[in-house]
Amino acid sequence: MNEPDKKRIWSEYQKEIADDHYFYVRSCIRQSFFPGSEQFFLHLIRDILGKDIYENPSHTTCTGIGYHTDIVPFQTIMTVVARHFALMKESGYKNIAISCVTSFGIYTEIIETWKHFPEELEKTREYLLKATGREFDIPENMAHTSDIVYKFRNEIASKAKFRLVNKKTGEPLKVVEHIGCHYSKMFPKYGVGGAEFPKVLSGMIEAWGGEVIDYPERRHCCGFGFRQYIVQANRGYSLSNSVKKFESMKPFKPDFIITNCPGCNMFMDKWQYTIREMEGRTYGENGLSIPVLTYEEVAGLVLGMNPWELGLQYHMVQPEPLLDKMGVEYSKSDKFITKDGKPLPAPEKLINV
Amino acid sequence: MNSMVDVLVIGGGVAGMEAAGQLARSGYSVILAEKEPLTGGHLKNWYHLFPDRRDGNEVGEYLDNLVKNKNIEIRNNTCITGITGRKGKFTATASDGQVVEAEAVIVATGFDLFDSRRKEEYGYGIYPNVITSADLEKMFRNGSVKLADGGVPARIGFIHCVGSRDEKVGNLYCSKLCCITAVKQAMEVHEKISGVKTFCFYMDMRMGGAYYEEIYREAQEKYGVSFIRGKVSEVSQGYNGRLVIKAEDTLAGRPLRMELDMVVLMAGMEMSDAGEILAGKSSLRRGENRFFSTADNHTASNRSNMKGVFYAGTCTAPMNITESISHARAAVTEVVSYLREKKQRDE
Amino acid sequence: MNKFGFTLSVPRVIDYDKNDRSVADLIAAKEPTFRLCIECGTCAATCTAGNFTDFSLREINVLLRRGENEAAAEKINRCMLCGKCILVCPRGVNTRNVLFIARETLSKTNGHERL
Repeated sequence: MNEPDKKRIWSEYQKEIADDHYFYVRSCIRQSFFPGSEQFFLHLIRDILGKDIYENPSHTTCTGIGYHTDIVPFQTIMTVVARHFALMKESGYKNIAISCVTSFGIYTEIIETWKHFPEELEKTREYLLKATGREFDIPENMAHTSDIVYKFRNEIASKAKFRLVNKKTGEPLKVVEHIGCHYSKMFPKYGVGGAEFPKVLSGMIEAWGGEVIDYPERRHCCGFGFRQYIVQANRGYSLSNSVKKFESMKPFKPDFIITNCPGCNMFMDKWQYTIREMEGRTYGENGLSIPVLTYEEVAGLVLGMNPWELGLQYHMVQPEPLLDKMGVEYSKSDKFITKDGKPLPAPEKLINV
Repeated sequence: MNSMVDVLVIGGGVAGMEAAGQLARSGYSVILAEKEPLTGGHLKNWYHLFPDRRDGNEVGEYLDNLVKNKNIEIRNNTCITGITGRKGKFTATASDGQVVEAEAVIVATGFDLFDSRRKEEYGYGIYPNVITSADLEKMFRNGSVKLADGGVPARIGFIHCVGSRDEKVGNLYCSKLCCITAVKQAMEVHEKISGVKTFCFYMDMRMGGAYYEEIYREAQEKYGVSFIRGKVSEVSQGYNGRLVIKAEDTLAGRPLRMELDMVVLMAGMEMSDAGEILAGKSSLRRGENRFFSTADNHTASNRSNMKGVFYAGTCTAPMNITESISHARAAVTEVVSYLREKKQRDE
Repeated sequence: MNKFGFTLSVPRVIDYDKNDRSVADLIAAKEPTFRLCIECGTCAATCTAGNFTDFSLREINVLLRRGENEAAAEKINRCMLCGKCILVCPRGVNTRNVLFIARETLSKTNGHERL
């Protein structure tokens, strides 16, 4: 690929990302599916980068999954989001940092709606005031938390203990980057690098020594699709989309997949188990599966965090082959115990072990 | 340099040269201002012309000979950035400070090719074997159609309507000549590479010119060019290095995936930068398509909203060479009438 | 395999590189006017069979050209060979002969007589 022109595309989609003082809004599902990610993000921002980030205990779900499955009406979700903005205002923050791509899409969609239909904004103000007595401001700066990690990717690289390089061969690790659709497909201007050649994750990979794979189905949706997944009989459709991606990336022999969306990560991870059970197909080298990591987990590994503290053992596809390639040391016996030595429940049927 | 002539022609492409040449033949003094070092415009870059596939240089030579006239002063490297004045006397200024005074002006600032990098999904500038129709003409001129690594392409896809009929890039109009260009280029590729397979991905085949439909038919019958109705949504690169395209075969009602060695983007026509600058520094009006808007679509397609300033060629709309030449001659008729009437009034 | 209450979906995409276009090539060699079809649909509009069954010669032409031979074979016997389509084709395609050769070739490639 021609780098100068890719850089030109990226330079046209440079969004402003706040430098400090973030109001953090969590994802519903990330805390259970990859429990170390959000925790590590807070640690990274506060303790490693020395920034201020605040989360308000009254923050709730954005109801995005309900919205996308036609359970929550638009007026309701606008009011829920307005309440989050009210909490931010009450806490004295102006920069919102959103952990979930579904939520990020919801926030961008709502803010754009208010721009184009100011009467909807006024109605929402009225609903929120009537329902809760709260008032809100639209954030001055809105970033997905992957934007923030992207912003500080070079600082992270300068503090790195490990690089995304195969320790034995010295070759850069080959990485598939998968961006959640609602990060930039609805509004390319809100994503770093736009929608066709997004830079947010590939920028991290390159800064940390890896090599990004451009495979034909790179821009294809993971297939999650909310309502398609929620109904069990439809899940084959969701699975088929992920499989289409896996088949397309397989010849490139990716060492791991990095994602910025909770749904994509969960499905690209767990569908590898599913398709292996259903059809006996695997997509990594030597019959293994491809580890699927969040950008926080990758940043954590690069910064030398203990992989079990990052929660990597709670993915379906286990990370050991990747850890071995990077030269990250880990203890087999500590994998499923808490910090104070109590046993943690170990998931069944883990793969890559 | 300060000079006064009968007519200033802005733009030394096909329309500008034709207009200048015809005015000079009728005895009018003309300054022909061309922003590039050489006149000839886009025509210099075209290999064979449709519908008869004659060498573009033949028309170029005709125009070169036409402007070799003592009544024409050609000023190359002269980009006219503004026109002021009213009927009778116009003052034009160039970016280098030159001033030209003229009794009438013909604007022939032409078109620019759409910058295909703006259609990010096609990866022009990113994937080396994604090229534009203009790049392919250059390859024809240089004698061989080659891939970036020097190899010979076995399969070539042509994507119609790149930068035309596309709200996403702000161009709602049809550029009119890209369909026929694709057909012509596909045929020429077959003549240069034996056994090559070619595919035209089109939204509608717009063969609205004399002998265009016949070429389309010839492309199918004689060369076996495949026409697939469906616009390509994205181009990427497969593991084997070949390009992979996604389209819908709308006539089969199903998505289609295909590997290609080379993708040619049929870049559309846009108002030229030179025209944009001139419009910004004059009171000339433009249409919603950003080209100059004419005083009347049917009966005054050479007149502008400034009396004494006329249009010729593709600064008003996409046109082929035949039409550009005809439109330029029509502009000359308007200018001649205007100058005669003015002279009568002055006397 | 339906292990979890769902199965993989069958891809709808026409995979041009995997498809076999030899049938279309053979038709074009034997009946060169096959290449001239522009998918206008006049043949299908006038077709006796198409008024009562899922048969469109235009669609069959597309399917054959893309190498979707199975899909074409499934539909091709609905034609009653009346020949009205030849009369209306603006491109002079010998539609009846195209269909004839297609039937013959598909029945051979499928290993059993379909006529």
